Amino acid sequence: MIKSLLSGDAPGKPLLALIVCAVVICLALAPFLFPGTRSVDTAARICIIIVLVASYDLLLGYTGIVSFAHTMFFGIGAYGVAIASSSMGPGWDALALGGAGGVLVAAALAFVIALASLRVRAIFFAMITLAVASAFGVLVSQLYTITGGEDGLTYRLPQMLTPAFEFADFRLFGVRLDGRLLSYYLIFFSAVALFLVLLRLVNSPFGRVLQAIRENDFRAEALGYKTVHYRIVASVVSAVVAALAGVLLAIWLRYTGPDTTLSLDLMIDILVMVVIGGMGTMWGSVLGATIFVMAKNYLREVMGAASALTSDLPLVTDILHPDRWLFWLGLLFILSVYFFPTGIVGKFRRSTQ
Amino acid sequence: MASPSVPVLETRDLTIRFGGHVAVDAVSYSFRPGNLVAIVGPNGAGKTTYFNLISGQLRASGGAVLHKGEDITTLSVPDRTRRGIGRAFQLTNLFPRLSVLENVRLAVQALRPGAMGLFALADADAGTLEIAMGHIARCGLADRLDERAANLSHGDQRKLEVALLLALESEIVMFDEPTAGMSADEAPVILDLIKSIKADTGKTIILVEHKMDVIRSLADEIMVLHNGQLVASGEPGAVMGSQVVREAYLGTGLH
Repeated sequence: MIKSLLSGDAPGKPLLALIVCAVVICLALAPFLFPGTRSVDTAARICIIIVLVASYDLLLGYTGIVSFAHTMFFGIGAYGVAIASSSMGPGWDALALGGAGGVLVAAALAFVIALASLRVRAIFFAMITLAVASAFGVLVSQLYTITGGEDGLTYRLPQMLTPAFEFADFRLFGVRLDGRLLSYYLIFFSAVALFLVLLRLVNSPFGRVLQAIRENDFRAEALGYKTVHYRIVASVVSAVVAALAGVLLAIWLRYTGPDTTLSLDLMIDILVMVVIGGMGTMWGSVLGATIFVMAKNYLREVMGAASALTSDLPLVTDILHPDRWLFWLGLLFILSVYFFPTGIVGKFRRSTQ
Repeated sequence: MASPSVPVLETRDLTIRFGGHVAVDAVSYSFRPGNLVAIVGPNGAGKTTYFNLISGQLRASGGAVLHKGEDITTLSVPDRTRRGIGRAFQLTNLFPRLSVLENVRLAVQALRPGAMGLFALADADAGTLEIAMGHIARCGLADRLDERAANLSHGDQRKLEVALLLALESEIVMFDEPTAGMSADEAPVILDLIKSIKADTGKTIILVEHKMDVIRSLADEIMVLHNGQLVASGEPGAVMGSQVVREAYLGTGLH
């Protein structure tokens, strides 16, 4: 049962399995283990980002396609919910319609981009996706009557998903049983389901062909595989899952704007997370996303504390000042690429091969 | 099945130019089913280029390639493979970071239904795995199943190359210098494989080869290419004795 759910592709090494289990358990019980708005918010973001990073790894790590349009598809899913919810008013119908609409638009756009440009060399494809994503960003900011422009959209969701809704009077382990908790578990279980679907996909006959294309597309063609078809399907699936991750983000934040979904910074973050976790392994996205989001959210605090502790040491306290957090994040990235060129999961798995 | 009189493969005035250089110059030839044809010629004669035109890696500048009478000149590589024209490559051309088993499994999967299956499990398909194991064993790699292709010795990589070709179960089987760079004890494994494929009825084999003893023992027919042109063809004994071949090839090309 578990083996089938994991598609026969368990994390492998015991230590790796242990770490992955720990992450999953922490996320599953986050509202109870780490009560508090901020920590639950971080946990929800980790769930969403894992899906986003895993769907990008399907392209980059498994198929060898470099795309810069992944956040665009993420944004399309989020904006679908945002636009529908703010124009139709809060309701499940708006949520379903907006989400489905976003996913369809993402799939159609991914199909068109892939059809028009996957035949060209990889570097041109990357450039084309960058151009389309930039154009899309401009479009969203210009069409402010629909998208809210740079300010984005704030909207209301069905009452069941809001903090005001309490489905039980008592507290469970001191946690209020409210709509916020429901939203969290909606996101958690959706993320688990999407991740398992992706894990199944990369271990399917289709997924194996993607890896063959990554390894040697010339030979894959000589074996009779129409590689362009496979690339197009991979692009569309990846875009659909990214859009679904966007839907989850829109549900969680009840706000959608360019900075949270479309920004190039986020695109770079996704790339970094795929590389840290390990390209071409779905489990890498779990670790990459968890480590990166945690670092981004908590590195400043840790550094603040460290800086305060070392306040007697003139230079050290300056280097550890919270304002330098981006420097340390960059340093962490460089070190991780240096010591784990195949990513954390790649490092673990390689030791057996 | 086509009758023996219809060529299984034919090239008509097949030509390709790279800029001003004519690499293959109006080569016309009919390959009859069940024959093994060896293509010989000095380096740069256009043998591999001619190969690439037949299997589709290169597109002809002129002339035509016909498969069982149908024009396939503009068909893509995968379409030709699916029609039953399979080839191995001169320079080893594998999936380097995948295992030996996975390399061959992919080749078996390619022409079986369900290759596009999104939610089946690849390793749960016992039929495909079993066929792949069979081809691997036939090529003498049964003890290297889980090794990455990149970690194999050169000789084993050549064997894997042949295993991929076997797995395609093509009607037309093309080898481009299958024993190139192999040691004297390893080459016979490949040659025995080619002999066993030849024994399978109906397979047409096209072979680029330098080693004359190999050609004498295997080939039913020889094509001699020189400067992109077909200068002689026919039975090995007759062709190798002819004056034009001695001048074009044996005199200049080899030893």
